[in-house]
Amino acid sequence: MENKSRRGFMGMAFGAVAGVGAVASLFAMKKSWDPLPSVKAAGFTTLDMSAYNDNELITEKWRGKPIFVLKQDVSMVETAKKSIQELERLIKIGDSYYMVAIGLCTHLGCIPGYRESTKDFLCACHGGMYDATASVTKAPPPRGLDIPPFKIKGSTLVLGEEGPEYKKMKKTGVTL
Amino acid sequence: MAHFTKATSIKDWLNQRLAIEKVEKVMASEYWIPKNINFLWAMGMVLVITFALLLVSGIFLLMYYQPNIDLAFDSVNYTIMREVDFGWLWRHVHGVAASVVFLIIYIHMFTAIYYGSYKKGREMIWISGMLLFVAFSAEAFSGYMLPWGQMSYWAGMVITNLFSGGSLHADGLVEWIRGDYVPAQAFLNRFFMLHVLLVPLAIIGLIGLHFGALRIPHVNNQDGEEIDFDEESKKYLAGDKAGSKVIRFANDFMSKDMLVVAIYLVFFFYLVFFHYDFAMDPVNFDPADGLKTPEHIYPEWYFLWSYEILRPFSTDIGLIAFAFAQVIFMALPFLDRSPNTIPASRRGLFKYWFWAMLIDMIALTAMGKVPPVEPFGTIGLYAALIFIGLWVVLPFITKLEKKA
Repeated sequence: MENKSRRGFMGMAFGAVAGVGAVASLFAMKKSWDPLPSVKAAGFTTLDMSAYNDNELITEKWRGKPIFVLKQDVSMVETAKKSIQELERLIKIGDSYYMVAIGLCTHLGCIPGYRESTKDFLCACHGGMYDATASVTKAPPPRGLDIPPFKIKGSTLVLGEEGPEYKKMKKTGVTL
Repeated sequence: MAHFTKATSIKDWLNQRLAIEKVEKVMASEYWIPKNINFLWAMGMVLVITFALLLVSGIFLLMYYQPNIDLAFDSVNYTIMREVDFGWLWRHVHGVAASVVFLIIYIHMFTAIYYGSYKKGREMIWISGMLLFVAFSAEAFSGYMLPWGQMSYWAGMVITNLFSGGSLHADGLVEWIRGDYVPAQAFLNRFFMLHVLLVPLAIIGLIGLHFGALRIPHVNNQDGEEIDFDEESKKYLAGDKAGSKVIRFANDFMSKDMLVVAIYLVFFFYLVFFHYDFAMDPVNFDPADGLKTPEHIYPEWYFLWSYEILRPFSTDIGLIAFAFAQVIFMALPFLDRSPNTIPASRRGLFKYWFWAMLIDMIALTAMGKVPPVEPFGTIGLYAALIFIGLWVVLPFITKLEKKA
């Protein structure tokens, strides 16, 4: 009996130490797979917003992802103003409205193509469509193109930082 | 300590230390295989040979491949293909075998489904086999990343995005898997590690389990007959070879296995030498570019059926349907409620179920390949719904089945 409880104690002590070790190693393994600090530090891009033309899609790069910048022309702004949800997606700098979004389809991450004549986006992978504010108009994408964190600094836009305009958008849920 | 005597031969020397004669009996000459089988029973050996081809060709590719986003593409398409003597051979053997291994796996799987070889004590053979299918899928996907062409990059993007769980929006998990915001150096390195070490280790372990799972229930036969292997092997060893229902695994059954393997290898090397291009997507001969999606992204043919189950639905439902398709085959032994272990042709409604499932998976595969336009979208949607429907009705139609 005495032996049994001694063995039980040894077993539990061994199990406890091994368990702590196993959890600690799993934690280290998880952390080793995290993005490196250098990868995270390179995550900012500054855009000069005065350089864009109406109805001309420019693709910038932020964190290795394509960023769509589409300066809205008069007719697009008028269409967008009819719906609060669409207007909320646009960034206003001075008197101009810009659609700035991550250029990856929210379905599975292909890059949709912009069609200047119809002023909309078509994703070739699974046929999803978006309008000029990058709101989704045809499934399968579950939502409009995601809006990256941004901060307005004069006439420039810093991607990767969260400014007050971005925080407002985030609250209404249009960024995701 | 055991008693050792002066060895009379090398064989005797080894025998005293490793019992090689006993091992040979257990593994080969007294491992019993039913006589009542056909060429479809050779697919296991065909898979072993294909795996060996993958391993050997992979070893040679590994000596020149560079897991670096700036060098990977050229190390494959220039160094291996043009500079290394016979580098093209290893690459084409590796690429063709990676594709053909799935063809054989599907034949192996559907043979098991047809003959009910997942029932009555053979459940673990089926489950370990399906785990092997999952491991081979992971191996194929991670290997597809390595040439770092456009299809590698975008397949990596799309497949890792699946882990965001749609509306769950688990972007943190996706970034953790990639080690970056997009597939980049960390991603290529870790998938390289998975492809050449961790997943092959898992595969080798699972092959051991798969073979081990065969030991107690033994191989099924064409009529699902329950054979008394002890009785029949005694008969065989006593000299009644004609009357016994079993034969030795080696050399008797192996000789037939090897005939099928030989025919298979003719077909295999025909593909390697004359038709390797079917396993080499032309889009993947453009280097990876994160700012340009290829016109049409599709997986290799062996993933098309599950991809097509994902595609016709909205993201969340699509993901659920896709997850269902990935795991449901694992549950086959438990969803089939019939007590009969006989070929599908003698099993009432299950006969139609088997052929409907086979045809539906071929239809899904075909629809997954074409662009998402009508009428293919609608056909794909119905094929996906039929796939799910067939699994839902399986327990009911097999419950109705009469005892044979």
